Amino acid sequence: MSGDRLDGLSVRDVRVSFDGFTAVDGVSLEVPAGDIRFLIGPNGAGKTTLVDAITGLVRATGSVRFGADELLGRPVHRISRLGIGRTFQTSSVFEELSVLQNLDIAAGARRGWATLARRRRGVPDEVAAALETIGLAERAEHLAGTLAHGQKQWLEIGMLLVQDARLLLLDEPVAGMSHEERDATGALLETVSRDRTVVVIEHDMDFLRRFARSVTVLHAGRVLSEGTVAQVQADPRVQEVYLGHPVDAGSAPTGLEA
Amino acid sequence: MTAVTPAPPSTAVDPAPVSAVPPSRPGGRPRLRTAAGFAFGAALLFAVAPLVLSDFRLSLLAKYLCVAMVAVGIGIAWGRGGMLTLGQGVFFGLGGYAMAMHLKLADAGPAGMPDFMQLYGQLDELPLWWRPFASPWFALPATVLLPMAVAFGLGSLVFRRRVRGAYFAILSQALAAAMVILLIGQQGTTGGTNGLTDIKGFFGYDLDDPVNQRMVYFIIAGTLLALLALARQLIHSRYGELLVAVRDGEERVRFLGYDPASVKLVAYVVAAGMAGLAGALFVPAVGIISPALIGIVPSIEFVIGVAVGGRATLLGPVLGAVAVAWARTALSERFPGTWTYLQGLLFVVVVAFLPGGLASLWALARRRDGSAAPARRGWSPLARRRAARRTEVPAA
Ligand SMILES: Nc1ncnc2c1ncn2[C@@H]1O[C@H](COP(=O)(O)OP(=O)(O)OP(=O)(O)O)[C@@H](O)[C@H]1O
Ligand SMILES: [Mg+2]
Repeated sequence: MSGDRLDGLSVRDVRVSFDGFTAVDGVSLEVPAGDIRFLIGPNGAGKTTLVDAITGLVRATGSVRFGADELLGRPVHRISRLGIGRTFQTSSVFEELSVLQNLDIAAGARRGWATLARRRRGVPDEVAAALETIGLAERAEHLAGTLAHGQKQWLEIGMLLVQDARLLLLDEPVAGMSHEERDATGALLETVSRDRTVVVIEHDMDFLRRFARSVTVLHAGRVLSEGTVAQVQADPRVQEVYLGHPVDAGSAPTGLEA
Repeated sequence: MTAVTPAPPSTAVDPAPVSAVPPSRPGGRPRLRTAAGFAFGAALLFAVAPLVLSDFRLSLLAKYLCVAMVAVGIGIAWGRGGMLTLGQGVFFGLGGYAMAMHLKLADAGPAGMPDFMQLYGQLDELPLWWRPFASPWFALPATVLLPMAVAFGLGSLVFRRRVRGAYFAILSQALAAAMVILLIGQQGTTGGTNGLTDIKGFFGYDLDDPVNQRMVYFIIAGTLLALLALARQLIHSRYGELLVAVRDGEERVRFLGYDPASVKLVAYVVAAGMAGLAGALFVPAVGIISPALIGIVPSIEFVIGVAVGGRATLLGPVLGAVAVAWARTALSERFPGTWTYLQGLLFVVVVAFLPGGLASLWALARRRDGSAAPARRGWSPLARRRAARRTEVPAA
């Protein structure tokens, strides 16, 4: 369906400031091709802002490379055409359009005006495949606004698939989902990562333990810790950040201890 | 609504395209209905109206139908594209003046000058920029292409800089005001406040003859139907779907790899072309084009009709435009002076209580038995993420 090439993401010394406040303060990280990298950190750590920087929504200094392409400095839609796709913390499907129309639009950024001027007839192959992958084939004709929360998230992921994104940046994809929906989403991520690189921002530690292949912890705009799930969980600095003070007996459970 | 238990996504790799997906437009019934709709509209405009209306009323209807053409364009740009075009008078005026200049020159004859230029008496010969309009081969295409070119220039500047919402509306208004000031200031060559009046002939036909007035009416009715067909094609094309996506989530569309500026530009330019054509046909129907017909007030009136009828539908803008224009005539005949207030009130009521216009009542009635429609909402990633900032700590 996609992915002739499998590329990695390389972030070097990225900085983002908002009127003097530095939200991302010199972040460097390497996500190897085909990884499922989880990006965690307390609220306000700069996770979303980092993704904003990678996708061109906010200005940043430093360097972000996906494969051979430098991303910083390009407009949003050009970065997207290099194979970078993202979802947002809140659902952002086009609610007044059907599921099918949402996917068809996501698939169409490379269409010429001649194709755009004509009606959509039938269902493009990649759209049909994505409908099946995200389990929404039955609801193809329904307005996206009528979908359940979890289904909207899947539709967003489906849009990235037909968009032919080779790097998926997902901002809290399972927030507000039921357990079954989380499992299904995790399985979906594993499927998808077979020929794509995936970065997931998540607060849900259970979900992280089950599906992360590697983890980067951000805190106050910097990388605090990085490694496998076990390595990160064992890192005292990470525990400190989540507790607000050094680890000692009787502190509240963080969810980070195994 | 009860919680839907969604089917979890399958995890199979690249499944073969399924035929379970229903075709997007089942059967040929909607197409048949459209054809029937157009036939009905044509019968109404071409047979019923000329039979039941007096010559005077018919020429009024011709005028309303010109306003309706502008409305079709606004329906596309505003209703489908979200651009509140409060300055369509500019494009209407460009089309109208281009046509009127040609007709004035034709009236004056090969060597003559338009009457008003002789009247003001400052000019010995025709100004340079008037000359090309002597040729119908220049003037007729210009009525449409000139407004489109201006819209293209303006839109290219504005949409790329992400001017939108109220700023775009105010900018459109300013443009309409500027055009009026320019026209009035250049009285010697534009006719000033009076505009271009007293147009007698239309490509060799005497416009005082009721038979020829009828012909003009038929041309206008036919053009309106053609524009509706064009608008329908646009709305149902892939481009039309994309335009709605841009309206509801301009930023989101960017992340899918599109440049929303060019998507909006097309709708804006098309709307300008329609307004230009409307202006051009307005001239033979009414016999005059003047700054008062294209300034801020008429520009707002164009939009009010669209809002009342239902901006996002195909027919809503047309019916709304005709209804409001008709009400205006009827009420100002009886209660002169009150119309402006009434119109303002109408606009406020529609915007506040019926944002989908009268067409939404129709849709509501039809939906009674169908599924509920979702509420509309705008989309901006930065605003949404601020709203969505959660305070949840990682849970075990
Ligand atoms: N557009 C903006 N203008 C000013 N400050 C901003 C802007 N966007 C983010 N910030 C600030 O930057 C910091 C990092 O925010 P960010 O949204 O990246 O955090 P996050 O790690 O995604 O948090 P959360 O887990 O709550 O989503 C916060 O302090 C936030 O207030
Ligand atoms: Mg965030």
